[in-house]
Amino acid sequence: MTLVLTTIVSGLCVGSLLLLIALGLGLTFGQMGVINNAHGEFIMIGAYTAYLVQRALGDPGSSLLLSLPVAFVTAGLLGVVLEVTLLRRMHRRPLDTLLVTFGVSLVLQQLARDLFGAPSVNVTAPAWLSGDPFVIAGADVPRTWVFLFALSIGCVLGLRIVLGVTPLGRRIRATVQNRDLAETSGISTAATDRMTFFIGSGLAGVAGVGVTLLGAISPTLGTSYIVNAFLVVVAGGIGQLWGSVVAAFGLGILESFIGFSIGQSTAQALVFLVVVVFLQFRPQGLIALRTRSIA
Amino acid sequence: MSTAERTAVTATRTRGLRRILRPRARLWLGTLAAALILFVVAPAALSGYQFGLLAQFLCYAMVAVGIGLAWGQGGMLTLGQGLFFGIGGYAMAMHLQLDDAGPGGVPAFMSLYGSGTVPAWWEPFRDPWITIGTIILLPAALAALLGYAIFARRVRGAYFAILSQALVAAFAILLIGQQASTGGSTGLSNFRGFFGYSLADPLNQRLLFFLAAGTLIGMVLLVRLLMRSRYGELLVATRDQEMRVRFLGYNPALVKTVAFVVSSVFAAVGGALFVPIAGIISPSDVAVVPSIMFVAGVAIGGRATLLGPVLGSLALSWVGAQLQDNYPSVWSYFQGALFVLVLGFLPQGFATLGGVLRRRKGDSR
Amino acid sequence: MTTTRPLALEVTGLRVEFDGFVAVRDVDLTVPAGELRFLIGPNGAGKTTVIDALTGLVRGTGTARFDGHELLGRPVHRLVRAGIGRTFQTASVFEGHTVLQNLDIAAGLHRRPTTLLRRRRGVPEEVLRALDTVGLDDLADRPAGELAHGQKQWLEIGMLLVQDARLLLLDEPVAGMSGEERAATGELLRRISRDRTVVVVEHDMEFLRNYADTVTVMHRGSILAEGGVDEVQSDPRVIEVYLGAPLDAPTATATARATGRETR
Repeated sequence: MTLVLTTIVSGLCVGSLLLLIALGLGLTFGQMGVINNAHGEFIMIGAYTAYLVQRALGDPGSSLLLSLPVAFVTAGLLGVVLEVTLLRRMHRRPLDTLLVTFGVSLVLQQLARDLFGAPSVNVTAPAWLSGDPFVIAGADVPRTWVFLFALSIGCVLGLRIVLGVTPLGRRIRATVQNRDLAETSGISTAATDRMTFFIGSGLAGVAGVGVTLLGAISPTLGTSYIVNAFLVVVAGGIGQLWGSVVAAFGLGILESFIGFSIGQSTAQALVFLVVVVFLQFRPQGLIALRTRSIA
Repeated sequence: MSTAERTAVTATRTRGLRRILRPRARLWLGTLAAALILFVVAPAALSGYQFGLLAQFLCYAMVAVGIGLAWGQGGMLTLGQGLFFGIGGYAMAMHLQLDDAGPGGVPAFMSLYGSGTVPAWWEPFRDPWITIGTIILLPAALAALLGYAIFARRVRGAYFAILSQALVAAFAILLIGQQASTGGSTGLSNFRGFFGYSLADPLNQRLLFFLAAGTLIGMVLLVRLLMRSRYGELLVATRDQEMRVRFLGYNPALVKTVAFVVSSVFAAVGGALFVPIAGIISPSDVAVVPSIMFVAGVAIGGRATLLGPVLGSLALSWVGAQLQDNYPSVWSYFQGALFVLVLGFLPQGFATLGGVLRRRKGDSR
Repeated sequence: MTTTRPLALEVTGLRVEFDGFVAVRDVDLTVPAGELRFLIGPNGAGKTTVIDALTGLVRGTGTARFDGHELLGRPVHRLVRAGIGRTFQTASVFEGHTVLQNLDIAAGLHRRPTTLLRRRRGVPEEVLRALDTVGLDDLADRPAGELAHGQKQWLEIGMLLVQDARLLLLDEPVAGMSGEERAATGELLRRISRDRTVVVVEHDMEFLRNYADTVTVMHRGSILAEGGVDEVQSDPRVIEVYLGAPLDAPTATATARATGRETR
């Protein structure tokens, strides 16, 4: 029983990171039809930001807390740069953006390799996270997992509020639903696109800070997360916040269970199969807007 | 109809006639030229090392030809061709390992990592015919199943790309995880013979090159045949207006699946020939990044043309070989820049560069 | 094409619902064989949805029979084999292919699949006939993408003729066309409706008056009136739906919509 619980909790932890990463991917795909393969590198940038902040400050606790906003802004700004210089001219060409951003991710990885060296580096977790694990119903739950879960839920709620009640959120939703109409209603869709990219990439940066709590940082860090994050977006339904939440935690728990019972390498393959079979029944993902358009 | 109109019509007719005559001649000339370069010039002009490299590149180019058909003609961007390349490669590698070990023998790496016994699913690969059958039929069946399942649900192009990428990622992880039976991240290597021929013999290496060259030329000719058939027209039609194709009574999923199956078998054959030529197959040959690099060559050359994918793939491999060893950092930046420049500014590849420039010139006039 | 007796379309109790919103309710529609029927109504009346339901693009309940085949709930390729053909508001032709290639692909329905592997040699009889009927003979070798807007619509209709559709459902075929093109299209529809059943969704009243055999008026998902052009035009309920104006008023909105679509 405790084993089952531990597996579920570890799945929630994996899911939390997946969710943070998938949110940004889904936002930009839903709004601009852009598939950002370099999104994984924003995670890597967030992680190195945490590393640099800790090197500068020394104290693990305060540097972790400071890293979160710094990584958000750093990754976010890089996202904006990417959008303005390259992706703006490629809206609604998802396949081309997929490949172009792969090129960008190669460059960013090499840049990280040249700046920080190919060997991986580590960030020290603060004492209040590395202490004794919490015990929930007899199962040990590491404090870092709880932190990641809370971080992720916090970000989702924050995003929900931003999208739901702020003027920016209204502009974003309007642009997603009908770009031309939004433009003619006086919304600068270009500015909205930049903001969406900022938020989406920033969330990846935050996820990158979270990743440092789980393991070492290397230039290719992002590649191990990006593929699964794509699966979350696909399974959850494009641009669907709650769909992504359910899909992220679902996939996380599923992978955790299969990984525990059969082996980690088989888990990845089986999770993929589950997604393909799932799409057979719901090709639009968990949640989909129903419209009359046939295109 | 006025005289002017009539001459215009006659002009298009004769142009149409030339269109029928010329491809025939071009086909023979092109095939002859390719055969001359690959069978006469290359062996004479290249050093043994370069010759071996070119042989590997020919195998990559086979994957590219298939991607050209699936993506360029059919609009299916597959980022997972490494899977099929890997199935072909590993099937061949398993056979070669077992063949080297002799009847009833155990490949060396198995005693090193595992229990020292050959897993049951390896056993069939002792037989060369089963191996060859697997190399062709397994990818075909897998591609048919997967392709039809995805296309029949009218999954959008981007989804297909993402799913194919996830698939190849899962495959690579699976290979690394099953070290005792797949050699893990080091893969399978150190083959001594190829269907009874010693791989150490330079003459046999040369024959392998010719085998690869002949296969590649055959694949290009087959794709040309497909592109010019009614099926080829239907495939492009499906890419551009799937709904109309459906309302003409066809099953678009089937149309697309056929192209995907052909491209997957090409990739698998490329992988199978790659193994004796390169002497190794490992997860790093089949994972996400090499799978995208297959696509890169196609994009650079021109996805919708017949020869673009082959030439683009060969060129990219060649540049890669020059830079990779000496300036690994430069190579990464170069690759990145290439993706950005070609897809951002020349999405149809270098094959269309002439047309783009001509149009620019025409505009400025 | 084998000219057999054209067949009637019979729809009863058709209902289409989108997440609780009823887009089409209790539609009974009988189009006798060989008739050129126009389906009109204000925006959002459910005209296109009716066609979508008959061609399997949206799920509808009720019955819809043509030539003894039930249409609702059938996969598209079965409908096509039952003789149904449709066009879309934006012409869906294969822009990279020539006119001839477009029509040749349409002829595939009646060929064995093995012919797909062979090259196209010569021009099939039915393709030549369709080229002649829609008047695109001189443009046969032109890529469809280079055709004018109206010519694309004609090509699309030509493809339906090649596939030998017995029931043609045309969604705003003359939207965005010039006056001349409209007249040509009207004549074309007249010609093809002789041995086929044709249903046209349309906004243009002028066009309707000139070419319709009969008219069905839809409003808010149901049928408001049905009959000959004059009969419908003098129906007080129809006049009320069209804001009291004689039937010309909606033409303006139709043209606005059509031009709006061009820029899309």
